[in-house]
Amino acid sequence: MIEIENVHKSFGALKVLKGIDLTVAKGEVVSVIGGSGSGKSTLLTCINGLEPIDSGRILVDGTEVHAKSTDLNKLRRKIGIVFQQFNAFPHLTVLENVTLAPRKVKGMSKSDAEEIAVKHLNHVGLGDKLKVYPSRLSGGQQQRMAIARALAMSPDYMLFDEVTSALDPQLVGEVLDTLKLLADEGMTMICVTHEMGFARDVSNRVAFFDQGVMAEIGPPEQIFGDAKNEATRKFLSSVR
Amino acid sequence: MFETDLSLNDLMFLAKGAGVTLAITFFAVTGGTLMGLLFGVIRAQIKPWMALPLTFVLDIFRSVPLLIQLILANAFQAIAGFGISPFVTSCIVLALYTSAYCTEIVRGAIEAVPMVTRRAARSLGLTWGQDMTQIVFPMALRVALPSWIGLTLGVMKDSALVLWLGIFELLKSSQVLITRLQEPMFILLITGAIYFMLSFPIARLGGRLERKWKEND
Ligand SMILES: Nc1ncnc2c1ncn2[C@@H]1O[C@H](COP(=O)(O)OP(=O)(O)OP(=O)(O)O)[C@@H](O)[C@H]1O
Ligand SMILES: [Mg+2]
Repeated sequence: MIEIENVHKSFGALKVLKGIDLTVAKGEVVSVIGGSGSGKSTLLTCINGLEPIDSGRILVDGTEVHAKSTDLNKLRRKIGIVFQQFNAFPHLTVLENVTLAPRKVKGMSKSDAEEIAVKHLNHVGLGDKLKVYPSRLSGGQQQRMAIARALAMSPDYMLFDEVTSALDPQLVGEVLDTLKLLADEGMTMICVTHEMGFARDVSNRVAFFDQGVMAEIGPPEQIFGDAKNEATRKFLSSVR
Repeated sequence: MFETDLSLNDLMFLAKGAGVTLAITFFAVTGGTLMGLLFGVIRAQIKPWMALPLTFVLDIFRSVPLLIQLILANAFQAIAGFGISPFVTSCIVLALYTSAYCTEIVRGAIEAVPMVTRRAARSLGLTWGQDMTQIVFPMALRVALPSWIGLTLGVMKDSALVLWLGIFELLKSSQVLITRLQEPMFILLITGAIYFMLSFPIARLGGRLERKWKEND
């Protein structure tokens, strides 16, 4: 379970998160939508401790992420994250990209790590690209590789930050299909997305962010069919 | 018909000078690169104002002419009575000089690694050290190599300045022969050829590595 309690966060004078409360249960898929600069990416990087927070707290399975005593390197093993921008390790092959963390972080043997990596790469449809370097992959393939890389650590939670927004339209589908597959398998996911169709079809709940505040959250039918918040309605009519 | 008084013995004399040049370059570049790695990582990781003292000292080594550094260092060690040989003094000064440039190369190369790539590494649970050794250094090496090769070749040529401390490296040895044999053109040609032969493998090595890495891009 991920529990976000009254989290405030600023970059310098800029208040980016202004008291976020959100609890995500095991097996739940929560989509986060909202305008540019509303703090969606920042929230994800706070959840796995890449960014410090000013106040409030975030608990992952009861462990406080930003407590001094927390071993972040250990905690991050169970939280996978895939970023908006491509972030392959360019000097490693696809297979090496995926086996790196299981080997170095979990201390797995090369063959064990490769077995797991191949399984996840097959899963995302990259089974024939093992020895290829990332620069030879399309954007969609790079994002799917990043997903397999995160999954190879067998995380309990996956955070997705607009993983399709840097892709050509014809590549969006293949990545969204991969996310749907994961959701069907019961992965706990927080997906920041601009793909309203995806948010509607796949999520259990949809959260709308507006200028650092979670203005509204509810089941997709309610958010898309009968939004209570004026800002939500305005945003949805602008993206449709 | 071309005639010369240059004997095999004289060639051996030049070769010995080349050996000294190579040795000084080796120690200077090795020491300078190790220090440059350390300082470069520090400069890339801590806030600019915290690195200010280090930056300041390195700027001195970069801006004061090498000849002045060599002569001052040698005079200083004589006055202080350290009893360090000119050869060792030269290596130390050149290593510091190299490190000042190498620091900038390393810092620039580390900062060229995209933030999101490092975040991806850390979010997989890699420690700072693992991120450095597995991701940052291999990626930065590709960026830094051409400049580093240039630095090494530059230091090899600059090392000729140690002749002012009375060290018989390649250039000084050629001067001795020129004075004795009065064949400046021919001897300088040979000396130049030797410098080229010392530099060539280093330059080629760089070219080969770059080509190998390019295959992945
Ligand atoms: N490292 C940083 N330093 C300073 N400001 C930052 C930093 N990261 C983000 N910001 C600022 O914080 C605000 C929120 O950024 P964030 O990336 O969380 O928004 P977002 O909701 O993900 O937007 P988008 O939909 O465009 O990705 C923006 O104004 C951004 O400029
Ligand atoms: Mg964002």
